[in-house]
Amino acid sequence: MALEVGSGLTIGLILGTVIVFAAMLIWVERRLLSFWQERLGPNRVGPFGLLQVVADMIKIFTKEDWVPPFADRVSFVIAPAIIMTVILLSFAVIPFAPNIGVIESNIGVLFILAMASLGAYSVMLGGLSSDNKYALLGSLRAAAQMVSYEVFMGISLLGVVALSGSFNLRTIVEAQEGMWFVVPQFVGFVIFLIAGVAESHRLPFDIPEAEQEICAGYHTEYSGMKFGMFFVGEYLGLVLVSSLITVLFFGGWMGPGFLPPIVWFALKSGFFIAFFILLRAAIPRPRYDQLMSYGWLFLLPLSLINLLVTGAVILSN
Amino acid sequence: MRKAWIEKMFSLIKDTLLSQVVTLWGVFKKLFVKADTVEYPDQQPYMFPRWRGRIILSRDPDGEERCVACNLCAVACPVDCIALQKGEMEDGRWYPEFFRINFSRCIMCGFCEEACPTNAIQLTPDFEMAEYVRQDMVWEKEDLLISGCGKYHDYNFYRVAGKQISGKDKGEALNEAKPVNVRSLMP
Repeated sequence: MALEVGSGLTIGLILGTVIVFAAMLIWVERRLLSFWQERLGPNRVGPFGLLQVVADMIKIFTKEDWVPPFADRVSFVIAPAIIMTVILLSFAVIPFAPNIGVIESNIGVLFILAMASLGAYSVMLGGLSSDNKYALLGSLRAAAQMVSYEVFMGISLLGVVALSGSFNLRTIVEAQEGMWFVVPQFVGFVIFLIAGVAESHRLPFDIPEAEQEICAGYHTEYSGMKFGMFFVGEYLGLVLVSSLITVLFFGGWMGPGFLPPIVWFALKSGFFIAFFILLRAAIPRPRYDQLMSYGWLFLLPLSLINLLVTGAVILSN
Repeated sequence: MRKAWIEKMFSLIKDTLLSQVVTLWGVFKKLFVKADTVEYPDQQPYMFPRWRGRIILSRDPDGEERCVACNLCAVACPVDCIALQKGEMEDGRWYPEFFRINFSRCIMCGFCEEACPTNAIQLTPDFEMAEYVRQDMVWEKEDLLISGCGKYHDYNFYRVAGKQISGKDKGEALNEAKPVNVRSLMP
C-alpha cells in the first residue's frame, strides 16, 4: 500500500493523526491560553506538560459514565456519537496534500456544509434528552445559532466556488496556484471565519454552553467518555474549520518547495488553530440576541453583497 | 436617512471589528510577557520572620519548658483549638501534662502568642502542614515542643517571676524586691 488518495494506509493515518491531534489540542489550548493570560499552564506531567493529555484521557476513561434516570436513554447515548461521526466524516473530503486524502469528491463543499448541519442534531438531541432546563436552554440556543450561522457560512463560500468553478476541494486548492483566494475573497474569508467559530460553538460564540449563564449548556448532564466525545468533538471541529480555511482561502498544501506539502498544510492550519485560541483568550461572549442580530442583520447582507460583487466581477471578465 | 444609515454601518464596523482587532493584538502581546506564576515547590517563597504559621512551644535558655499551663492561650483562641491540662512538678513549677493543638481548626491568628505570659507559644514562618489523614492535624506536646528558645533568646519566666519554687524563694528573682513584712511597724 502506498501513500495515495483513498488507500487504507492514508485513511488510517489521517484518522489517527486527526484524533490524536484533537486530543493534544486540550494541552495546546491550555498552554497557549495561559501564556496569553501571563500564566504558565500545565507544565508538570512529562516534558513541557505534554503528557497532560494522557493524564486527562486516563481520567476521562475511568470516570463513571452515568446516564441520568430521567433522561431519554437512546438519544442521550446517540447524541455525543453524532458529533464525532459527523466531524470525522467531514475530514474525508479535505485534501491534505496532493497524495493525501480520503476520497475524491466533486461535491466536497456541499458535503461539509451538510455534515455541519447534521452536527446541530447532536447538540439538540443531547440537550433535549437530558431533561434538564439548562441543557434545554443550551440546545435551544445551539439550534438557533447553528441554523442561522449556516446560512451565510454557505453563502460566503459561494464566492470561492464561483472563482474556482468547482465544488471539489482539491480543484479549489489547485485553482489557487497563482493567488490565494483570501485576496479576492477577503470579505468571504472574514465571514467564514466568524461563521466557523459560531459553527464549532467556541468562544466567543460558545453561547450554547455558556458556563456562567447555563452551567455547561447542552452537555450539563454528561459525564465520562460521553462528555469526552463532546469535548474532543469540539476540538475536532476546531481542526476542521482551520483546515477548511486553509483549503478554501490559503492555498491548502501550496507553499515554497523547501518543505513538503503536508507540512505547509499543517503549518497553515496550526496558525488558524492558534488564532482561534487567541480569540478565546481575548474576546468576551456577546449576548444571545446580539449574536442573532449580528448574524442576520449584518453578516448575512454582507455575504450577499460579497456574492453579488464577486459574480459581477466574474461576469465582466 | 441614507447618510445616517451609512454612519451607523460605519460605527458598527468600527465597534464590532476594529475594537476586536485591537483587543486581539493586546492579548497577543502577552505572549512575550514573563508569566506571573511562581513555580512553588521548585521555587520557595521568602517567608518573613513574623509570618504567622505553624505553632511551636519553646524552651527557656536552661532547656526547660516555658509553658506554665496558665490556659491563657486556650482562652484567647477564637476557634478553641488549644487544649491543655495543668500539672505540677516537685519543685513547684507548673507544666502542661498534655498540650494539644488541632491545626485543622487553627486559623493562625496569633492571639495565643499575644496572650502567652511566658513567651512559650510562638508562631513560625512554616506553612507546609498538609496531611492526608485529618487526625494527623492534631499535634501533641511532643510534636509542638522545640529544643530552642524561638524568638526570645534570654527570657526565663521562673528567673524573673515572683513565683516560689524550690531553690528560689520569694524575693529572690531578678529585679525583685524582698517581700514586705506587713506585720512590722517599721518603714
